[in-house]
Amino acid sequence: MNTVALILAGGQGTRLGILTEDIAKPAVPFGGKYRIIDFTLSNCVNSGIYTVGVLTQYRPHVLINHIGIGRPWDLDRKDGGLTILPPFLGRKESDWYSGTANAVYQNIRYVDQYNPRYVLVLSGDHIYSMDYNELLDYHISKRAQGTVACMEVPINEASRFGIMVTDADGRIVEFQEKPKEPKSNLASLGIYVFNWPFLRDVLIEDEEDPKSTHDFGRDIITKLVSENDVKLYAFRFDGYWKDVGTLESYWESNLELTHPLPPLNLYDPNWRFYTHSEEMQPAYIGSKASVVDSLVSEGAEIYGTVENAVLFQGVFVEEGAVVRNSIIMTHARIERGAQIEDTIVCERAVIGEDVKIGIGEDAPSKLDPKVYTGRITVVGFDTVVPAGVSIGKNAVIGNGVRPENFASLTVEPGGFVL
Amino acid sequence: MRVLGIILAGGMGGSIWPLTSKRASAAVPVFGKYRAVDFTLSNMVNSGITKVGILTQYNPRSLMDHLGSGKDWDLDRRRGGLFVLQPYLSSGSDKMGYRGTADAIFQNMTLLRRGDEDYVLIGSGDHIYNMNYSEMMKQHLASGADVTFVVKELDNSYNLSDYGIVEINEDGRIVGFEEKPKDPQTDLASLGIYFMNKHLLMDLLYATVPHGGYDLLLDVLLPNIRRFFFRAYRFGGYWRNVKKGVLEYYRTNMSVLDSRVRRELFRSRNKIYTKLKDLPPPKVGATGSVQNSIVADGCIVNGIVRNSILFRSVTVRAGAVIEDSIIFEGSSVEEGAHVICSIVDKDSVVRASKIVRGSREHPLAFEKSSVL
Repeated sequence: MNTVALILAGGQGTRLGILTEDIAKPAVPFGGKYRIIDFTLSNCVNSGIYTVGVLTQYRPHVLINHIGIGRPWDLDRKDGGLTILPPFLGRKESDWYSGTANAVYQNIRYVDQYNPRYVLVLSGDHIYSMDYNELLDYHISKRAQGTVACMEVPINEASRFGIMVTDADGRIVEFQEKPKEPKSNLASLGIYVFNWPFLRDVLIEDEEDPKSTHDFGRDIITKLVSENDVKLYAFRFDGYWKDVGTLESYWESNLELTHPLPPLNLYDPNWRFYTHSEEMQPAYIGSKASVVDSLVSEGAEIYGTVENAVLFQGVFVEEGAVVRNSIIMTHARIERGAQIEDTIVCERAVIGEDVKIGIGEDAPSKLDPKVYTGRITVVGFDTVVPAGVSIGKNAVIGNGVRPENFASLTVEPGGFVL
Repeated sequence: MRVLGIILAGGMGGSIWPLTSKRASAAVPVFGKYRAVDFTLSNMVNSGITKVGILTQYNPRSLMDHLGSGKDWDLDRRRGGLFVLQPYLSSGSDKMGYRGTADAIFQNMTLLRRGDEDYVLIGSGDHIYNMNYSEMMKQHLASGADVTFVVKELDNSYNLSDYGIVEINEDGRIVGFEEKPKDPQTDLASLGIYFMNKHLLMDLLYATVPHGGYDLLLDVLLPNIRRFFFRAYRFGGYWRNVKKGVLEYYRTNMSVLDSRVRRELFRSRNKIYTKLKDLPPPKVGATGSVQNSIVADGCIVNGIVRNSILFRSVTVRAGAVIEDSIIFEGSSVEEGAHVICSIVDKDSVVRASKIVRGSREHPLAFEKSSVL
């Protein structure tokens, strides 16, 4: 076994608000039938890496149910395959993963049993399409101990990322974690390859350092860059990569898929994205329906108007309902006469007759302006919005909200019902 | 109750040529993503049958590719599972090929002999229906029948002379049977689905096939109509046979545009499974318009689609018009082309501005990989 991949899938994704209240960020639905982790898992198997450990921690149930034994990705194998690595108690070891580096440290034994030459440390939080062979080949050709995949970002956004400063050969000479004054625009994508014996020693050393927060970027990379005898390289990636860390970017990258030639190509026969999805009949679009610029998944039945929307499996849009610039997740139902704009409707939600969502002026969120930054309204999982309710922009209707939780027929812009 | 499932899928399907030029009739695509055999296979799995033998013979490549290890029906099992049974040469058999349905089962007697099942359910790979057999099996036991025939009252949308017509008495016992009669006496047709004791079937096959009786219905079952209790079990749901002609095939597919048919076949607790292909959701572009149609995964629609069925990965370019048609997987309809009342088989291309026009009574059918 040459390479083992470890996918860090414990992310809370706090800036996705109620989307990640009950599920881990890697399990958040994406693109009509996928969940976010599908992209990393598919990249692994498309790159020929069949030994994959998935490190879970935060709200893992939906994620674990989705991954199962890895069958959709052909990871149900006799040799290697997929292993879910939850935090655990031992006689001496601590319990929860205290940081990304600590999470890998706690699973040293898992990796050791395959005795790999290289370890890929990946994140289950990102939407991207990458052939890891290119990264590995680069790593090997540079005789590096570690290589960080990086991408050029607009310089004014650089302060949101970990920034790498390299020499002419691509060797990292300085690492700046979310710098106010970035010295370069080369951002770390949180995708690392290391020689395993080397990383193993580094992790053990880091674990014993009482000052360390045991984070890959902040602690491990910072330390390695400062050491002269360590060769750490930056691999420049120029394909599609998105963090979808905020509601705004989540919404945009979903709707981007409805464009004629989106940067993320889901249709490439040589680079398929696999997922675990329910068996359903193909979508039906009714006689009076109008659907443009949209994705419509299996099991969906559309009788109303749908413009620029991503509809997941089993979505039902009744006659006279209008859905615009929105994401409607699995088994959600939009009833007669409802009008929905700029909205994310989560799984199994029911939008009652003549409900209006996303209408009117925008206003700052009264719930959490850092998360709900504007315009987009979110309706949670299993929520029922009763007939006739009118909900403004940037509002939040929480998970599992019942009709009786609505105090009035109007939810103001920036308002919320929990 | 331990039940062995047997699916007869050797049919040539000459009546739906050219759709069977490269595949067995059981592998004929239906409803945007399925193959005919998916229905009987899923019905068996949904009824708790976990060992299924599929008898194939004619053009089996496509069917075998579709079935694979049986994974998509949860039939990749250590105990039981899916057995695809092809004709073979051996020292004990001088003739390559199955000479009939009874001969096909007889040549695979090992499958019957080896298992611990008490009963056998025989179905066909050509039938489209969603049925849980549990109630039928329960009634079979309670009534003391030797063989249960699933029957259905056919309305005037079926040609009764194409079917086996049964006559029953007040106990549900089959007292008369006419295969494809010119002048049918009742509207009750046998659907070719039989449930019986496995050992009874084995005895009957041993007594018949070596003496030249190769057809399960005509040579093995019907001669015993007085000797055994053949009971009719009425099935009231949607049922179609894809092999009865191109027009019937066309109408069967189009019937899925009716929400009642979709509800019965697909929104039931008993799911219909098929080979999984991981394709993205279909996309309707800015110039696209889709009405009263089925659009399967992987399609990209920029033209106009009305009253039609698009299988997986169909491309409809801007300005193309598809009406009352069925377009199979991987085909593309280029700019300005019109396809009306036609069936276009897999991986075909309808070139720009080409007009292909059939009628609802005489739909045109084009074979796989056509360039029109």
